[in-house]
Amino acid sequence: MLGKSMFRTLLILLVTGMTACTSTSNSLYQELGGAEKVDEVVEYFITEIEFDPMMYDYFKDSDIVRFREKFTEHFCMLTGGPCDYTGDTMEQIHTGMEISEANFNHAVDLLIAAMNKAEIPHRLQNRVLATMTPLRGSIIYL
Amino acid sequence: MLNFRNQVTGYCLLPLLFLSAQVHAADGKLIGTAGLSQIEGAGGGGLVPWATLSGYDSQDQISASGAVTVVDVDDYRLNGFGLSASFYDRAEVSIAHQRLDLKSLGGTIRQNIAGFKYRLYGDVVYSDLPQVSIGVQHKRLSDNAIANALGADDDQGTDFYLAATKVHLGAIGGYNAVWNLTARATKANEMGLLGFGGSQNSDYELQVEASAGILLSRNVAVGVEYRQKPDNLGLGEDDWVDAFISYIPSKSVSITAATANLGTIAGAPGQSGFYLSLNAQLW
Repeated sequence: MLGKSMFRTLLILLVTGMTACTSTSNSLYQELGGAEKVDEVVEYFITEIEFDPMMYDYFKDSDIVRFREKFTEHFCMLTGGPCDYTGDTMEQIHTGMEISEANFNHAVDLLIAAMNKAEIPHRLQNRVLATMTPLRGSIIYL
Repeated sequence: MLNFRNQVTGYCLLPLLFLSAQVHAADGKLIGTAGLSQIEGAGGGGLVPWATLSGYDSQDQISASGAVTVVDVDDYRLNGFGLSASFYDRAEVSIAHQRLDLKSLGGTIRQNIAGFKYRLYGDVVYSDLPQVSIGVQHKRLSDNAIANALGADDDQGTDFYLAATKVHLGAIGGYNAVWNLTARATKANEMGLLGFGGSQNSDYELQVEASAGILLSRNVAVGVEYRQKPDNLGLGEDDWVDAFISYIPSKSVSITAATANLGTIAGAPGQSGFYLSLNAQLW
């Protein structure tokens, strides 16, 4: 039964992989390439938003300079960098914006596009997304 | 002349329809996280129904999907055609038609399946706990001569299942991982193709089905599946196992190839071969 032994091997890989690869001492922020790389991602993300009809509607009255500063801080903090997020809470920002699940997931797609343009490796991209997923509940349907 | 023009218009509309579907189609999930359509028409892996619904619809969207699947093993070939619609990432309805060709014995067994699935809890990516759904699959054989000859009790039956599915972002060395666990209550012999119940057992049996996979990129997933099966007919019916690779170039289409190890089917041992499935999100 080739299939069954493959199944077992994959399960072992799954389990050992989960424990072996999470114990890196460097922060995700450093692995990404620090402030310079984060700035690059944020800049690409803003460009993605500017050229996206769905997202632009939500941002057309925003202060982009402030958004850039606070999102960069937040990104840095979430990925374990040496920053404090000094902006408003996610609830404060998004209340009344009526952001749907589809809007949120579209923004995730744009962030992925921005990370692709900044040439962030796939595996680091996923770890960045994992730091941000807990925020979803304080962003959508408010 | 008029006829000719009509024909041209007809052809020209087709790509336009396709384009508009692309623009408006539900896309509210992360690529690769909508799963596939499984062999009985429900959203899932290849052999196993998952807690995920079949399309990329979010809470405000509706999606429709189709799947064509071929499983070719030593003595049998199964063709499956499925259509499903998913509503607001909450409920899924599906229909499927299966045609099993008996390559060595000759003959065909056809079966129709109607399915319904309801998401009870969670989001496969975003909730801390897995997404959990319940589902039902009602199956009716169109050709029951072989099921009868093998001593099956019935030519129709209904499966009930509870499934839990979770995607872990960046969990395995940065790769996204997905797992699924399904418990199914069933009387079906070989998925229903050999009828329901039999001389050895006529009652519902609880079967465990499981899947595990890794997304190597946004567009490629590999994994394995296991599906436990009862042996109601006393023909040594085996559990099923497959190892798959899926290519997901966009949210509209995916193609999956797998090696399938289906064991003994209707007394013919060692049935192994390939599984090939094309999934398309139509809306």
